[in-house]
Amino acid sequence: MNVPGQIERRRVLDVSALPDSAFGYNGLVWWGTVGFMVIEGSMFVIAIIVYFYLRLRVENWPPGLPNPDIGYGTANLLVVLLSVIPAAMSKSAAEAFDLPKARRWLFVLTLMGVGAVTLRAYEYTALNCRWDDNAYGSIVWLLISMHTIHVGTDVTDSAVLLVMAYTQPMARKRFVDLSENSLYWYFIVAWWIPIYLIIYWAPRWL
Amino acid sequence: MMQSMFHPAGPVAQRIASLGWLLLAVCIVVYVLVMLVTLWALLRRRPVAEDVPRTTRRLTRTVMIATVVTAVILALFTVSSVVAGRGLASPTGPGAITVDVIGHQWWWEFQYRDVTPSDFVTSPNELHIPVGVPVHLKAISRDVIHSFWVPNLLGKRDLIPGQVTNTWLQADDPGIYRGQCAEFCGHQHAHMAFVVVAEPMDKFLAWIQHQRAPATGPASDEEKHGHDAFMHSTCVMCHTIRGTDAGARLGPELTHIGSRMTIAAGTLPNTRGHLGGWVANAQGIKPGVRMPPNPLNPDDLQAVLTYLGSLR
Amino acid sequence: MDREQQQRLQREEHERHEVIERVEPMPEPAAAARLHRELERTWYVPSGLIGSLCVVDHRTIAKRYIVTAFCFFIFAGLLAVLMRIQLAVPNNHFLGPDLYNQVFTTHGTMMMFLFAVPVMEAMGVYLVPLMVGTRNIAFPRLNAFSYFVYLFGGVMLTVTLLMNTAPDVGWFAYVPLAGPDYTPGKRADFWAQLITFTEVSGLAVSVELVATILKTRAPGMSLNRMPLFVWSMLVTALMVIFAMPSVVTSSSMLLLDRLVGTHFYNPAEGGDSLLWQHLFWFFGHPEVYIIFVPALGIVSSVIATFTGRPVFGYPAMVLALVATGFIGFGLWVHHMFATGLPQLGLTYFTAASMIIAIPSGIQIFCWIASLWRGRPRFHTPLLFVLGFVAIFVFGGLSGVTLASQPFDLQVHDTYYVVAHFHYVLLGGAVFPLIGGIYYWFPKMTGRMMDDGLGKITFWVLFVGFNVTFFPMHILGFEGMPRRVYTYPAELGWGPLNLVATIGAGMLALGGLLFLYNVVKSHAAGAVASANPWNGGTLEWSVPSPPPVYNFLYQPVVEGRDALWERSADVPVVVGIRSDCREVLITDVMDAEPSNKVEYPEPSIWPFLCAVVTSAFFIGSIFTPWALPVAIIPLAITLIGWFWPKSPRAEAPGVAAPVKEAA
Repeated sequence: MNVPGQIERRRVLDVSALPDSAFGYNGLVWWGTVGFMVIEGSMFVIAIIVYFYLRLRVENWPPGLPNPDIGYGTANLLVVLLSVIPAAMSKSAAEAFDLPKARRWLFVLTLMGVGAVTLRAYEYTALNCRWDDNAYGSIVWLLISMHTIHVGTDVTDSAVLLVMAYTQPMARKRFVDLSENSLYWYFIVAWWIPIYLIIYWAPRWL
Repeated sequence: MMQSMFHPAGPVAQRIASLGWLLLAVCIVVYVLVMLVTLWALLRRRPVAEDVPRTTRRLTRTVMIATVVTAVILALFTVSSVVAGRGLASPTGPGAITVDVIGHQWWWEFQYRDVTPSDFVTSPNELHIPVGVPVHLKAISRDVIHSFWVPNLLGKRDLIPGQVTNTWLQADDPGIYRGQCAEFCGHQHAHMAFVVVAEPMDKFLAWIQHQRAPATGPASDEEKHGHDAFMHSTCVMCHTIRGTDAGARLGPELTHIGSRMTIAAGTLPNTRGHLGGWVANAQGIKPGVRMPPNPLNPDDLQAVLTYLGSLR
Repeated sequence: MDREQQQRLQREEHERHEVIERVEPMPEPAAAARLHRELERTWYVPSGLIGSLCVVDHRTIAKRYIVTAFCFFIFAGLLAVLMRIQLAVPNNHFLGPDLYNQVFTTHGTMMMFLFAVPVMEAMGVYLVPLMVGTRNIAFPRLNAFSYFVYLFGGVMLTVTLLMNTAPDVGWFAYVPLAGPDYTPGKRADFWAQLITFTEVSGLAVSVELVATILKTRAPGMSLNRMPLFVWSMLVTALMVIFAMPSVVTSSSMLLLDRLVGTHFYNPAEGGDSLLWQHLFWFFGHPEVYIIFVPALGIVSSVIATFTGRPVFGYPAMVLALVATGFIGFGLWVHHMFATGLPQLGLTYFTAASMIIAIPSGIQIFCWIASLWRGRPRFHTPLLFVLGFVAIFVFGGLSGVTLASQPFDLQVHDTYYVVAHFHYVLLGGAVFPLIGGIYYWFPKMTGRMMDDGLGKITFWVLFVGFNVTFFPMHILGFEGMPRRVYTYPAELGWGPLNLVATIGAGMLALGGLLFLYNVVKSHAAGAVASANPWNGGTLEWSVPSPPPVYNFLYQPVVEGRDALWERSADVPVVVGIRSDCREVLITDVMDAEPSNKVEYPEPSIWPFLCAVVTSAFFIGSIFTPWALPVAIIPLAITLIGWFWPKSPRAEAPGVAAPVKEAA
């Protein structure tokens, strides 16, 4: 125990030279982002399990409905896959503190995101089922809508960051936000691949 | 009357009861030991100076031994559960009869099929079985999930909409055993009981023969009055009395209601007084039940009761 | 300007990462007082009506959580008393079936979702930052948001019961009973949406706790030095993160079935009612451990302090906690033994359900070993923990019998199960919790609770508990099913039910005594010192109650029991800014200082966001248009929440050197 008056010197750990934010898993923001990615990823996993569980309940798949048309969905897959490029560029620019470059690529990313949302609206018309047709229709609409909510959220997020990047002074930690925004976009892109395959190809293959 | 798992009257319940005694006995011994050791740990006299490394070594060893013993007991439990469970899925011998169990909110329907559909027997809330032979049960639900359970004879089996679940039971002693829905199924889950009547084969066959017959026609004037009152009231919207014009299938069949022990799914004994109260205002006895109140005038009500009592 | 800033930031990225270890003179008392004043200004907790809605301080929010959770506990406990009165005698008419079904559903739902999980997480929200030696919980605004969402959800459920439209389909809401065909009206929707409320807040708190535990531990507190309570909160938070998405998804699907006519659970259109049970219990079984694992942490804390020795077998305890977390996800089918699933699967789930007893057993053995080698001081907290051992071991053993599939077919959904889970939840979680309240009350309020009254309370609760719940085992054997609002006299269940009801009265009395003790001690208890029990974890190194900034100097940890093992000069961290809410970030494994972040100031936005979110949740019970209507206000509140504060305050600057230490 520390008895005042007896001990006159103490050991200290001076951390004043440490940076006031950090990229990736060293920083705190990354842990929040990844935490929510794990939660939302678990929800996607559950929805996919539900899809296959319902598949096992019936003979034909889709039951009594035509297959979805693959045109818009595939186009969206391409857009979403290509959008990895601006996401990666804005991430690396942010991590090099290159604000003009980060802004430019974030702008491209936001535009492609808006494109993905627009294509998504057309995708709904090509599913060839309604949510209340049967359980197949319900789970297809659930899967695509869960993903749409994520795309919409991150496009909004990107747009807000973009406004911030043009109007606000950018402290060091704002570059971390830019970097984590791309990380979250990767997550959304990565989930679109299995969900695309399930929505558009599983009815043909299963 | 009782519904107790530790008074088994058939092989299924017997196996589970034996397993249960094993599990409970071992657990009680373990519990007493753990409590005694805890008390000793708390109250023991502590030496002034303790040899710390030696104590730690001894405690480590003790905890490890206790863990191994735990694992062994759990393995024993698992093996005995699997052994006991193997015989429960299907009967060891060939089945004598098959009964369809149909769950409704909040009553039971037991159907005995036959080669000729006209010989089908429907017995609401009363399952008759022959003693000493396995009885197959094919269970379905008409609405929500219910669970079929007669503690003295067998454990639970859920009735799931859209599925057929199978189970079996066998009574070794003649007797009357009570069963009850064991899965929460809404308002009157509490009043969804039934009885199992186990009787020697010849009596069982006589019962089923009797049940096949259509209802006896009204004999006395009072019965005739009751028959007419029944046929002109809302009763016919839900109930069947075979051999009459009443043929609706929403509620329990009444062809032989006079021969049954209980009414309202095991809620009340089948006496004239209870039946009268039930017919007049079932909601007062079993709130939420699907049967509406019947505003019959007193004469008609008495006649209907006489008529129903005659349907033996 | 951009270019200049870029070069400077890039330069810093390469240069500024050195942590300097040095010896310096003890600070003058005046310097310490100056630091105290500055930190108090920086970490202020706003007051006033609006101010109190802006609070982001973990201690204030945790106390609100705890008080709110105990309000729900009392309410749901009174509902239990109503049920016991109804069941005291056969054919009772005290509550009708409609009211009884609402009451038992609300009791279960409230106890699980509005009391047990939130109160345990709240203990974590209060204690974890103090135990790991940091100034606040990570993502403080999210923490404020989570509390308000929880509060609004709980108020919604309470109001529905008072309006006689509470859910009446059980806390498990099995379909098709809870589906659109058999529960018309909005009762089941309130249930499903309550789940959404509580899961949103529970998940948010879990993310905060994981980040706090993994990234903001004091230097030196490597993973193998983390207090067992912190380990238990880490395991709990991770279990929440993996289990709750299942019930969020499935209850949303239920809501969609009811609101817009999807067919997830409708067998007539390719859906399946057992799907609900799988998804619900995949969450529902881990849920039990989510409630119970934090209690294990409380037990370990209390046993260490009141035996004056670290808990025996730290590595075994940690491994057992982690193993419980994993195995807890592999048992859900033992809630579905009666549904007629394939026999081979049932065998697997029997074995898995047996295996989970091993880690619990190891912990019990280690605690007994701790009691054996320590010198127990029988204060109220330890009494509650000993009561926990007596009750929980019993409940654990009855749980082992339930794991046996054939035996379960008989006792499933009977009062045997009711007895079992009250033994493990009340005995296994609430007893340690109450012990924990007695233990940490001085830290939270600065005043001691009355120990003598506490001991009396313990005995009333302990006896009352056993009188209430022990007879239920026998009722189960005698065939009394759960969830029945009444029973016939002929079956002979009357006397034991009457005994149970008398026990419930004793429990209510015990609860009253506890409440009285809390109120009385809060007003006039003996003033508590910083470390009244001589505990070994960091929360006992700061005054009671802790100052708004928690630690004047962030401690450096030198051993597992930070206070028992620290050297005489009390090494600390310096160089953390005191003019803004800066917090040290350390690395996951060894807690080496890595960087710093600035935590946000108090803000009204989390509250506004919670209001909008709640309005959306409640609105979507009635119409799907709630979603498009809510999107814009939701986006506005979120932007307000995350918008950077004034440019001056955020101007990129070099960390100001700490003034008091030269």
